[in-house]
Amino acid sequence: MTDKVQRITSVFSSSIGKKLIVAFTGVILTGFVVGHMLGNLQVFLGQDKFNTYASFLQGLGELLYVVRGMLLLAVILHIYFSIKLALENREARPIPYAVKKYREASYASRTMHYSGIIVFAFIVYHILHFTLGKVHPQYYHYIDPKGRHDVYSMVILSFRNPLISGTYIVSMFLLAWHLSHGFSSLFQTLGLNNARLRPVLGTLGTLLAWAVFAGYVSIPLAAWTGILKLPPGVLP
Amino acid sequence: MDLTLYVWRQKDAKDSGRLEKYPAKSIDPNMSFLEMLDVVNEGLIQQNIEPIAFDSDCREGICGTCSMTINGIPHGPERGTTVCQLHMRKFKDGDAIYIEPFRARAFPVLRDLITDRSAFDRIIQAGGYVSINTGGVPDGNAIPVPKVAQEEAMDAAQCIGCGACVAACKNASAMLFVSAKVSHLALLPQGAVERKRRVLNMVGQMDAESFGSCTNQYECEAVCPKEISVQFIARMNREYLQGRVLPEA
Repeated sequence: MTDKVQRITSVFSSSIGKKLIVAFTGVILTGFVVGHMLGNLQVFLGQDKFNTYASFLQGLGELLYVVRGMLLLAVILHIYFSIKLALENREARPIPYAVKKYREASYASRTMHYSGIIVFAFIVYHILHFTLGKVHPQYYHYIDPKGRHDVYSMVILSFRNPLISGTYIVSMFLLAWHLSHGFSSLFQTLGLNNARLRPVLGTLGTLLAWAVFAGYVSIPLAAWTGILKLPPGVLP
Repeated sequence: MDLTLYVWRQKDAKDSGRLEKYPAKSIDPNMSFLEMLDVVNEGLIQQNIEPIAFDSDCREGICGTCSMTINGIPHGPERGTTVCQLHMRKFKDGDAIYIEPFRARAFPVLRDLITDRSAFDRIIQAGGYVSINTGGVPDGNAIPVPKVAQEEAMDAAQCIGCGACVAACKNASAMLFVSAKVSHLALLPQGAVERKRRVLNMVGQMDAESFGSCTNQYECEAVCPKEISVQFIARMNREYLQGRVLPEA
């Protein structure tokens, strides 16, 4: 192994190196969560605008696959190194305390692996549902008046199913929960924290988490309450 | 005041250990926690029971030798103090108190509440120093140190290396300790020369000692008797990234 290769591999094997990867992929994934939410909120602009946005994304061609590939890689690295660190951390204390009290650690921070695993399961289900149309295929084949895939009607019809919107709302809560610790945490790991920034990042993390929750959940709620109306002719 | 103690008893490093129940009767609330244990030990000796072994040295809160986890919190319920500076008036008559050693794979229990914390010494040996070439004694104020850097360095230098940060962390991570040492030296011009090598070597030794890694929950800061801030962990991460990416000057 050359010196340079050794230097790079030892970053991946050091504790801080692994943490840096989790934090850096966390930045990418948080960016996606916010961007995806802003894109989705265009559903409130009506069928035409929303389907235009959807067909724009589908029309990106190779670029779409580059972005998807990067996101997939970020997800894989984030999960792989989180699990690796969690296993090492568990080994660092083989004999537990008989009595253990927490003074600082938030409940969200202590349940990151649970929230993470459930959110991951949701992502798989979510892609099978809205991207691939493999689950709930009955909502997938609508065509809008301009002959495009009617994503707008698919979303509204899907969310009128209480089981689908229920799963979605619970998952979004766990995503927000994960972000409420993850956001400020990734700044700390990347070394972008000091006494002055710390309370700001904490508040920003909480705000971001609940903004993400509110943004995503507004869609099934609007579909449910009839604020989002189906275009005429979709239902027989 | 009368108390019930549940104390971790372990004969030696090989013994599996267990919690034993001891009554602590007519304890003066003005005693320190260690004095209370001294009194309990007197009673145990009279009953021909091996006294509870625990570490202590200065008993004035500056050496970092005393180390025990009291009711699930390293150094006990009082913030910003070591066990020797914790007084019995912080407890109530009739309380049950669980006393356990600092728990970490890197801190093996030698006996009862005494752990081997020499892993910290090896981390210091890996880079927690400033190399000085011998020669004439330099002038006292020849190297100007900015006041801001000086103060922050001294905040980090307050670390007494007791290991409570490791004991409190759910991952038994030593990052608060290592970051305090890394920051303290990197902030001063004398230490800044070796900063890159230092952070890489100290973190390398920390990993080799099988400490866990930080999940940013800040339990360490909450139990630290010197209230070392976790901002130093952010600084260490920054130093580490620089040490990796940028060539040594």
